[in-house]
Amino acid sequence: MRITELFDRGEFVLTTEVGPPKGFHLDHLLHEVKEYLGDITAVNVTDNQSSVMRLGSLATCKAIKDIGVNSIFQITCRDRNRLALQSDLLSAAYFGIDNLLLLTGDYTTLGDTPQAKPVFDLDSVSLIHAVKQLESGIDLGGNELDGDPPKFAKGAVVSPCSDSVDVQLAKMERKVAAGAEYFQTQAVFEPEKFFEFMEKAKQFNVPVMLGVIILKNAGMANFMNNNIAGINVPPDIIEELKADPEKTKAGITGVEITARIIKECRDYCQGVHIMALGWEKLVPDLLRESNLVS
Amino acid sequence: MLITELKQKDDVLSLIKGKALVISCIGCKEVYFPVTEAEELHKELLAGGNVSAVITTDYICNPENLKLQLKKHMDKVEAAEILLVFSCGVGVQTVAELYPNKAVFAACDTYPLPGHQGITPLEPECDQCAECHLSDTAGICPITACSKGLLNGQCGGSKNGMCEVDKDMECGWERIYRRLEKLGLLDSLLYPAKIRNYIAIAGAGANASES
Repeated sequence: MRITELFDRGEFVLTTEVGPPKGFHLDHLLHEVKEYLGDITAVNVTDNQSSVMRLGSLATCKAIKDIGVNSIFQITCRDRNRLALQSDLLSAAYFGIDNLLLLTGDYTTLGDTPQAKPVFDLDSVSLIHAVKQLESGIDLGGNELDGDPPKFAKGAVVSPCSDSVDVQLAKMERKVAAGAEYFQTQAVFEPEKFFEFMEKAKQFNVPVMLGVIILKNAGMANFMNNNIAGINVPPDIIEELKADPEKTKAGITGVEITARIIKECRDYCQGVHIMALGWEKLVPDLLRESNLVS
Repeated sequence: MLITELKQKDDVLSLIKGKALVISCIGCKEVYFPVTEAEELHKELLAGGNVSAVITTDYICNPENLKLQLKKHMDKVEAAEILLVFSCGVGVQTVAELYPNKAVFAACDTYPLPGHQGITPLEPECDQCAECHLSDTAGICPITACSKGLLNGQCGGSKNGMCEVDKDMECGWERIYRRLEKLGLLDSLLYPAKIRNYIAIAGAGANASES
């Protein structure tokens, strides 16, 4: 089911994200989805996340669908040219996977196979355009598709706490113009910045889902501050993580911090996207503490 | 060796929305330049009334030479809001670097021709993509100034204005945005989604004359 239908109905949408394994065994991933993500509207499946070669996003989406859970097929432009991307979009339509998150993708040299050729034949904006064109029954080559065209919920990302948020908003405007129908954000740790961003983004009139990461420890926060674009964990949060190491290790501190951010931002967004990064088992606690489920 | 071709006449004429000056490079041994066609277009541009003069010179890709050649025309350069450049992509970018407060537009597309590249300075770089984007991007090439060669704006990987791929390199799209902002030309980023056309450079020189 397309999550855009839920936004249209005014529902507050909950998504989370899972990374396929390096290998072809999905038992563990599917077990976690069944066990912990029952209250989630749809599960994003990453596409060779961080340029690390893994099991495919599409196959994993299909496996998740087969256990009765809605999925979001993430597609990046790093590894495939426009023929392969459009072909995979048709494959997704065949499997009945109709939620997409369309990204440019990290650069090849940041991952575990730095020798690979970076493709970037399309980028996030032109990929959104390509999907829209397929939906009209024509491919990027200008050739007609056989039969009814596919229909997708077209998602994109934006970075509200970026140090160049105006440049990000300009890109967001291009994504909306190309056909993006909903946005998931990079992880937010500074609600004030998110409010300011939403004040500017509301002109685009598209649903925005607040991105959150459950912090595991102060080291993780420091690492992200130094290395991950668009993420800034403020010092008081880092201190909070250091205060009681056992509580932090158990995930209680991370869940408390994330729940607080969600509650502060809830009225400013149309959904929440949880990046649990291996702590899927904490998602039910997080949803309860954030008052997103009773 | 490169080949430059004029962009469609209407596209070039539509760039002249204010007081303009044309800087035309008659090329170098390494670049084939369509001199006659360019001169015809120059006449038409001058007749339009907004173009104060056409300054024709060579090697505008060399900043020192360019400065020298433009010295006696500084009044015209200063009076112009727009510098319309007839040259390969290196020349357009050199003019843009030299005059950061002017809108710099490209009148030509640059095609590759395999083989000897000559002695043309390659800084800044031109990818010879055959569909020059410099008029939309403040004279900064989105293909060579962005590690991913993105045509549609900044990715999410820029941190403190630097590129995620090469941390010593400024994010090209940050530079493009800041310069357009300074020039009051941010609306030029509202073009429809761009997709590269690789057929334009397939077989390079052979196709160039047909396109």
